[in-house]
Amino acid sequence: MRVILLLLALLVAAPALAVQPDEMLADPALEARARAISKEVRCLVCRNESIDDSNAALARDLRLLVRERLTAGDSDAEVLGYLVERYGEFVLLRPVFSAANALLWFAGPIAFLLGLIAIVAYHRTRRPRAAANAAPLSDAEKRRLDDILNG
Amino acid sequence: MIAELGHFALTLAFAVALFQVVVPLVGAGRGWVDWMRAAMPAALMQFLLTGFAFAALMNAFVTLDFSVRIVAENSNSQIPVLYRVSGTWGNHEGSMLLWVLILTLFGAMVAAFGRNLPLGLKARALSVQAMIGAAFYAFILFTSNPFDRLIPAPLDGRDLNPLLQDIGLAIHPPFLYLGYVGLSMAFSFAVAALIEGRVDAAWARWVRPWTLAAWVALTIGIALGSYWAYYELGWGGWWFWDPVENASFMPWLAAGALLHSALVVEKRSALKAWTIFLAILAFSLSLIGTFIVRSGVLTSVHAFASDPTRGVFILAILTVAIVGSLTLFAWRAPAMRSEGLFQPVSREGGLILNNLLLAVAAAVVFTGTLAPLVREFFDGAKISVGAPFFDLAFTPFMVLLFVAMPLGSLLPWKRGDLGRVMARLWWAAAAALALGGVVWGLQTGDALLAPVGLALAAWLILGVFVEIGARIGLPRASPAVALGRLARLPRADWGKFLAHAGMGLSVMGIAAVTAWEIEDIRLAKPGDVIPLGGYQLHFDRVSEGQGPNYVYQRGHFTVTRDGEPVAVMEPEKRFYPVQGQPTTEAAIDSGLTRDLYLVLGDKQQEGDAWVVRSYLKPLVNWIWLGALAMGLGGLISLTDRRYRVGAATRRRAAAAVPAE
Repeated sequence: MRVILLLLALLVAAPALAVQPDEMLADPALEARARAISKEVRCLVCRNESIDDSNAALARDLRLLVRERLTAGDSDAEVLGYLVERYGEFVLLRPVFSAANALLWFAGPIAFLLGLIAIVAYHRTRRPRAAANAAPLSDAEKRRLDDILNG
Repeated sequence: MIAELGHFALTLAFAVALFQVVVPLVGAGRGWVDWMRAAMPAALMQFLLTGFAFAALMNAFVTLDFSVRIVAENSNSQIPVLYRVSGTWGNHEGSMLLWVLILTLFGAMVAAFGRNLPLGLKARALSVQAMIGAAFYAFILFTSNPFDRLIPAPLDGRDLNPLLQDIGLAIHPPFLYLGYVGLSMAFSFAVAALIEGRVDAAWARWVRPWTLAAWVALTIGIALGSYWAYYELGWGGWWFWDPVENASFMPWLAAGALLHSALVVEKRSALKAWTIFLAILAFSLSLIGTFIVRSGVLTSVHAFASDPTRGVFILAILTVAIVGSLTLFAWRAPAMRSEGLFQPVSREGGLILNNLLLAVAAAVVFTGTLAPLVREFFDGAKISVGAPFFDLAFTPFMVLLFVAMPLGSLLPWKRGDLGRVMARLWWAAAAALALGGVVWGLQTGDALLAPVGLALAAWLILGVFVEIGARIGLPRASPAVALGRLARLPRADWGKFLAHAGMGLSVMGIAAVTAWEIEDIRLAKPGDVIPLGGYQLHFDRVSEGQGPNYVYQRGHFTVTRDGEPVAVMEPEKRFYPVQGQPTTEAAIDSGLTRDLYLVLGDKQQEGDAWVVRSYLKPLVNWIWLGALAMGLGGLISLTDRRYRVGAATRRRAAAAVPAE
């Protein structure tokens, strides 16, 4: 039984973990660039995983493709451009700056600015209004004040 | 039979929840004390019934009743007992049941211990709590019944996903749910306050412990999930900006903001409307998180459309809760007056900045998580938003937050002077800058990550020490006086110190491991020695064997440093035959200064070589130690006596006068 299970394990346990030694380039500088690019590229069949992290066979193909392009002399941008041409923007884990993605990229800065404006406005409007509020006590409040003062 | 009783109990709990929605709310509106009081037994009854239903389900899992559908789908006769128990919530139906169980537990706690809560507020809050409960009972009973039978029953079950067979993941969901649902208490109190039309210090004092407890639970839950990913997924990553992670991260950020703004309401009677808004926001983000995880909508819009009932149901709950509460907010909030006056540069001002930055950070995570969905919906474009985006868009706001943190916590209430604060902090700032400079000078390359990250971490931690010094009157006070003051500092202060320093520890770990990790991937044969950052990993042999419900291949490594033995490491490749799924079990030699992380990959087709990946991860454990310190800080703060004694009693009569 154990032998059968082990055989089964060897047959099924095909997925290799992330970057494999046989994929790696001999030139360390080029390999480092390949790794950096791989972290930006989505494994198309995975859930939000980069090809650098992914075990899928497709991710391996893409890793090899990235290295092939780099060896052929492409710049980093050219490699990414090549991938986008073949697979669409979906392949990029960092969406491009474009009109359609403007809201995504600027959500943080816009929210921050709006918040700052709101805070400034809060401090501006607050002082006079608070001063006005401070003046008269309502009848109920006067009565309570009397109660408290007179025990 | 027991399963049917569980189902019946759950149906009864639904009915009790409906009762609890209507009766206390009407009673509070009309000033009928008896009707308001009815909320308490109803809340306790709901908890007992749901507890019984949950126990019935757990019984089915422990006794391996495969005639219950979800047991057959998520358990197996070979499975260890611990995972039979945790299997109860390791699936959609059971986890939703756990969700309402915790919801009713909190309701019951308010009913049982909230003696000094004004009756009107309590009745209304419990009524709102029951609305949430009723919605989720309906969801469970109509779309995700955990007690469905499978006839004929199979002989054995399909096993729990092997990745979930892990102690960390067994307790991860309950913590997250404690957090999500704890925020429902803040939400219920916020809506009750809106109905009542009054927010005061007593209200804030009631809301803050719930928020704090929820935040602590979320902190622990997120840290557990992150640690689980670190050791279980096999390459030592600890945060992936995955939509499901983001789903728990957004409420954490909002809860962090809420617990700081409630402080301003409590101490200074200002920021009332904003705090109410944050309470609504925090729970809405919890609901959105539940929706994201439970509907599968983010894997693909199409996955959602192919089985839409559950997703549509939660979406409906979400819409009613958010639109309803925000409408109520828009109607009632303008009437809320804040009395406390303060200058822009003051403790209040610092807390507002904290709130702004945390809220903006949550907004960035929110847009990043939902952007692919929005783009696909509007123009059909498929885009991905992953770690590289979040690293770039999220981090700047955190950097601002960390820079401001020590300054803000040293500012006095009402009106402060930055110059005076800097006069206290200057040596902390100098030390942090010096550390950053040294790191920058020592490292090769020009990455800013390590110097900036470590300088910020030092700034946060040293800032806490400066603050302690300031609180006990150093350097002017004599050591004896200062020590006496130190001993008398309230626990809430210690909680704050610990939590703020914990943030610094986490930042330090994150910066160090991201900048300085060493990785080695190679083919190695037994007998080879792998050098790794000063360590030698001796690959001794590979053995094979059988675990309770899996078979394994185990690598045996001896680690030495300069000839001295350091550790024996045994990474495994496992195979779970029932689910047909292989997993890798990394071997980790943990330490305060570094982790050694070792993974056994595949054997080559020919020859005796194996793929071996090894990593040296400096200071990685500080990430979770920091999170632990934050959680512990929250807990210590929770035990502060101000929360326990009757400080929260209000002057006004219990039957509150309606707002207008």
